[in-house]
Amino acid sequence: MLSGKGGTGKTLVSVNLAAAAEAAVYFDCDVEEPNGYLFFKPEITSEETVSAKIPMIDYDRCNGCRKCVDFCKFNALAFIKNKPVLFKDICHSCGGCVLFCPQKAIGEEEKNVGVIQSGMSGQVRVHTGCMNAGEASGIPIIKELLKKSATETTLPVFIDCPPGSACSVMESIKDADYCILVAEPTVFGVHNLNMVCDLVKVFHKPHGVVLNKCLEVENPAEEYCKEHHVTILGRIPFDSKLGSLSSNAKIAVRENDRYRELFTVLLHTVIEEASREAAAHPQR
Amino acid sequence: MKIAIPMNEQSLDTDVCPSFGRAPYFLFYDSVTKEANYLDNAAVASQGGAGIRAAQVIADHGVKALIAPRCGENAAEVLSKAEVFVYHSISGTARQNIEAHLNNQLPLLKEFHAGFHGHEAK
Repeated sequence: MLSGKGGTGKTLVSVNLAAAAEAAVYFDCDVEEPNGYLFFKPEITSEETVSAKIPMIDYDRCNGCRKCVDFCKFNALAFIKNKPVLFKDICHSCGGCVLFCPQKAIGEEEKNVGVIQSGMSGQVRVHTGCMNAGEASGIPIIKELLKKSATETTLPVFIDCPPGSACSVMESIKDADYCILVAEPTVFGVHNLNMVCDLVKVFHKPHGVVLNKCLEVENPAEEYCKEHHVTILGRIPFDSKLGSLSSNAKIAVRENDRYRELFTVLLHTVIEEASREAAAHPQR
Repeated sequence: MKIAIPMNEQSLDTDVCPSFGRAPYFLFYDSVTKEANYLDNAAVASQGGAGIRAAQVIADHGVKALIAPRCGENAAEVLSKAEVFVYHSISGTARQNIEAHLNNQLPLLKEFHAGFHGHEAK
């Protein structure tokens, strides 16, 4: 589940689809502000810390050639008085400086960047990535989180992505079989929908759109889908009942017959679409 | 002595840019030769660490004094290690600020802010 902007309903759709599947696995990859656990309220049975590697400079070996500083695209290294100086909070752990140092003067050390919590909610296994405040990148946590999906061969896996279309989203959808784009009926929403559409095309991911917050009036997101031949998987109404359930951290599928049916139908549509795409493009 | 000022425009008679790391240009002024040069700030398009990159450019140019209305803490760390003094600009043009500085009328900038990380200051 992804969307170009926040607040379109990624978590609403992911949580409810996982709940509609009954036995499922849910990953919250929105590690900067995970919120799926607020709905699932899983009993946490395991917690592991995630670390990233950051450079450690051996100043006895460094000859001040500046290659590491010139290489760093994140500006995490400055060059002062002929020596590199590291800004740990800016480092994205790409490891480039280590590879580029001709003097082998840069090693790596581990830095704690966040935690992964896991637990069950009914028959849904919930994994939540949580980044420490102030970290530059959630990628190491998302990578570690999704390693757990590799062992899931029987249950459907639902990945709740971070908003936007940047590297953390790319990391989250890398191994997905199908991408669900959640869109809201605003012009701003369409602008961002367009960006995620472009992104999933770059990744050659089969995809479709769920139109959220639908009113009886013209829907710019729907117009966009029709114009660009993007599959519409389903529609969720702009409904105060659903809003109220969500704001009370309730899972609509588990509370309300109408929404259980809506998300069950949506789930079957997605599974059908994904199977159809998989059959048509087996090389994926 | 070389003085640097973040600028929106390439003219001594325009105001100092409120941002340091994301200023479009840097003015380099030589107080001996009275020569003014402008440099495009390559850090303007950086995803992050713009202040560090901009401070690096200032240090690499052998600047001794930076005049700016504010400056981030990472940039301040680079500047301080490189022994560049940061002076608090007054409202007015670059020319007025240079004159004030040469008359020792500008105080040192004492407070450095945490990064805005893409969000503008209020």
